[in-house]
Amino acid sequence: MTKVNIYVTLRESVVDPQGIAVQDALQALGFNEVESVRIGKLIELELAGTNNEIEARVKEMCDKLLVNKVIENYRYEIGEVAGK
Amino acid sequence: MRFAILSFPGSSCDVDMYHALVDIVGVGAEIISHQDANLEHFDAVVIPTGASYGDYLRPGALAQSSKSIESLKAFVASGKPVLGIGNGFQILVEAGILPGAFLKNKGLKFRSGNAKLAVLNASSIFTSNYEQGQPLTIPFAHEYGNYYVDADTAQQLKQQDRIVFTYEDGNVDGSVEKIAGVLNEQGNVLGMMPLPERAVEEIIGGTDGLPLFRSILKNWSEKNVHNA
Amino acid sequence: MSTMHEPTAQQIKDEKLYRQMGMTDEEFDRAVEMIGRLPNYTETGLFSAMWSEHCSYKSSKPVLRKFPTEGARVLQGPGEGAGIIDIGDNQAAVFKMESHNSPSAIEPFIGAATGAGGIIRDVFSMGARPVALVNSMRFGDLSDERDRYLFEQAVAGIASYGNTIGIPTVAGEVQFDNSYSKRPLVNAMAVGLLNHEDIQKGLASGVGNTVLYVGAQTGRDGIHGATMSSSEVAVEKEEELPVMQAGDPYLEKLLMEACLELVKSDALIGIQDMGAAGLTSSSAEMASKAGYGVELNLDLVPQREEGMTAYEMMLSESQERMLVVVKQGREQEIIDLCKKYGLEAVAIGKVTDDKMLRLTHKGEVVAEILADILAEDAPVYYKKSEEPAYFREFQAMDNEEPVVSDLKETLTALLQRPTIASKEWVYSQFDSQARTNTVVAPGSSAGVIRVRGTNKGLAMTADCNSRYIYLDPETGGKIAVAEAARNLICSGAEPIAATDCLNFGSPDKPEVFWQIEKSADGISEACRTLNAPIIGGNVSMSNEVNGVPVYPTPTMGLVGLVHDLSQVTTTSFKQAGDVIYLIGEATTEFGGSELQQMIHGKIFGKAPAIDLEVEASRQQALLKAIQSKLVQSATDLSEGGFAVALCEKVFDAEGLGADVTVKGSAVTALFSETQSRFIVTVKEELTTAFEALVQDAVKIGTVTNEDKIVIKGDNDTVLIDGTVEEFRSAWKGAIPCLLNSEA
Repeated sequence: MTKVNIYVTLRESVVDPQGIAVQDALQALGFNEVESVRIGKLIELELAGTNNEIEARVKEMCDKLLVNKVIENYRYEIGEVAGK
Repeated sequence: MRFAILSFPGSSCDVDMYHALVDIVGVGAEIISHQDANLEHFDAVVIPTGASYGDYLRPGALAQSSKSIESLKAFVASGKPVLGIGNGFQILVEAGILPGAFLKNKGLKFRSGNAKLAVLNASSIFTSNYEQGQPLTIPFAHEYGNYYVDADTAQQLKQQDRIVFTYEDGNVDGSVEKIAGVLNEQGNVLGMMPLPERAVEEIIGGTDGLPLFRSILKNWSEKNVHNA
Repeated sequence: MSTMHEPTAQQIKDEKLYRQMGMTDEEFDRAVEMIGRLPNYTETGLFSAMWSEHCSYKSSKPVLRKFPTEGARVLQGPGEGAGIIDIGDNQAAVFKMESHNSPSAIEPFIGAATGAGGIIRDVFSMGARPVALVNSMRFGDLSDERDRYLFEQAVAGIASYGNTIGIPTVAGEVQFDNSYSKRPLVNAMAVGLLNHEDIQKGLASGVGNTVLYVGAQTGRDGIHGATMSSSEVAVEKEEELPVMQAGDPYLEKLLMEACLELVKSDALIGIQDMGAAGLTSSSAEMASKAGYGVELNLDLVPQREEGMTAYEMMLSESQERMLVVVKQGREQEIIDLCKKYGLEAVAIGKVTDDKMLRLTHKGEVVAEILADILAEDAPVYYKKSEEPAYFREFQAMDNEEPVVSDLKETLTALLQRPTIASKEWVYSQFDSQARTNTVVAPGSSAGVIRVRGTNKGLAMTADCNSRYIYLDPETGGKIAVAEAARNLICSGAEPIAATDCLNFGSPDKPEVFWQIEKSADGISEACRTLNAPIIGGNVSMSNEVNGVPVYPTPTMGLVGLVHDLSQVTTTSFKQAGDVIYLIGEATTEFGGSELQQMIHGKIFGKAPAIDLEVEASRQQALLKAIQSKLVQSATDLSEGGFAVALCEKVFDAEGLGADVTVKGSAVTALFSETQSRFIVTVKEELTTAFEALVQDAVKIGTVTNEDKIVIKGDNDTVLIDGTVEEFRSAWKGAIPCLLNSEA
């Protein structure tokens, strides 16, 4: 079995209102060193098999559904899981 | 004229649209489940608002997994009118039928109320019963109503006169170019976040949404009288 | 964890392990006596859940018996998922209010959201389509960061569930007082509609019929939620609290549509929500009410986690699940129906004739108890009740008028009190217009929806001034009902029934129990006099922080019938030139008032008096005037008194102002909270007809088209003179301002 972590973030050019709100809150709590906050999401997949087409399949999943490329970027990590 | 109201699981305002079309506008309409979506014999398709698939992943995104999106795309290609309201607009955007994407409201909260709009293009098949620049009051209710397109696309939308409605009360949710409603390039698909089916009777929220449905009906009638 | 590691029946007794589940020694002994042996671990769990206050009303039953529950329109009183009231034309309104206080104190977003989810299920499990939501919430006064967080998150949570499932929130109320600091109250009410023939009950009858499990899988979340909701939350020990059950409004939407189709099927015998105490309460209650038994094979229960024990499955409060009994042999059609909505329906047991709730797990019988013992035979406690010393002290005080130096500044400050200030920040987060039936959205006296296909409407509201109840629970109880009824009357509706949500501290405190008893007396009398039988409700005890109870808060939810939608009336002024009337004179009554709290930082003295006969006759006269279309706008006077109510009539009336003259002492005339009073406006040409109907009404001025609020006193002295805009911005800006401030 293969485990894939996909990290989805807003593109640089897109304003992230949630990130700004969190940045303000952190600064209000005294974390003045915080210069920027961007909030994204982590999607964890468990895939059957370990074949070498996985990467192409993952890219396809991202492009077709998991990521909206108008506003989002993504990167992923692929790892094997022992057992099961 | 017959409308298909294309309903996905969680499209809870499909009944609102049905009542507006059938009881008030007086056209034929049928709520069609996305599972058995044969749209061919309809004259127009409306995708109602609600929270399809629970708004999970991104509002409108998971509807792409439905086979009905293929029939919808074919319907769009045929040139017949398609209207996406609220979550329906989000579905059209996620399916790539309309440009752009939706972000969380600038205030980060779900917001509802009455939006003050202006009609920026009164010559589309959806808006010909309005006056150019006409101020409208139409209810809205959304958490992801912050419409985003990049600067080039925004420019293009303006040049092609595809921005149909704009917010005129401070644009508090943060949409690019105050966009509340936008057309596809061919002009037969309209997506809008405000909810015109909630503004078809004086007793519930005014009647500023009625001309929109009447425009669709009028344009259809003219076309069909011509062809007959 | 597996059954092997569970303590034995002997260990449970010897080590008093039942105490960890919230059972007392006496209750355990009673259970042992009733089943004639020691209960095992699973069975002890069943007892603890079913005999919790939340499920058994063991402490509140003697009080609840006082409530009037009958009336010509009542089709279903307390005891089912929700009460049912006839509204004519073969239709009925189904409604109930429920608390979700403990979960909301711990995780406010999830707690409030699942509160809405639970009450919606109660309504559709009766066969009714939920058509509107109402809520009632209490928080600390927003000066504390945790209270601001609780407020923001609870509002967002309750909004999110209703918005996602597509049921409009049409009314609500929020009040703030530090009595609720860190212990918020979150009460949600759902209203549904059905045709008489579709009424469903939670019955498991007919030997051999099949018990189906429908909806979400069972996980380890919310185990012992029912016991938890009956106990105090230790705020400092959050890490020890059980896993909260999260809600899934999308799944519930599917479940709702499936159930509403299911109730049309003649294969259906009974249906009940797996709410508090989940599978335990639904199976035991359905069997007990029907006089049958139920046998469940727990191996068949859809499970989200591995290795769950019988105990965990029976006590889980995973959300969005229903227990459905169907005719033997007709299972497949119901399973197919559910599948159409993407839902799993699984046969997990059958109805038997031996009245037992029998559970098997991995081939063994793990519990076997008469369903009646669990559902009906919880002990009933007649708790000790004692009139508190503070009450005697307060009753001995004279009504005094507070000293106010600047009337205008005082009015402005009152308008900024969070309890009085505009709640737009709250209700703009609710979708109030879904289903396109909302005639009056939040912001007026009551919410009104039309009953589609008729010319009728349903008005709904929730109310409770807990400060009055603290000062004088009997009087305060009467006022809670009267105030809610006034909200309906002012909207043009006739009150037809009530639901209650009794939020109190620990009933083991004799003073708290006295508050419960006395307020129930007041509520009962008012419901009788104002013709609003109580058709269902909920009790939430032990709302305390560090042993200090919140103010006694028996929230009343009332539903009224609008006989003709053209009679719907709202708060706001309609046109310049209309005559302004005041119904009811002010006397010096400031005990528990907003002004008293603002000046002294505490409340004391007598609650405002109320004469229910006067109340009823004024309500009936005003309703008649409204129904005769003589009234342009109507508001009752509540927190803050006359001046605040007058302002509220102007704030949403574009371009209009008020010019009025009041009599007597200025502070009393402007700010006293004397009961049974209204401000209404009437068209000049209808004043004679109006006065003939409403004899207590006194002309006090006119609606102007100036941007001003002018209130004069005796000898034309100007008491208040300001622009509408200055008062409005104080009122509108207060809550956003409090939330943004950093304390």
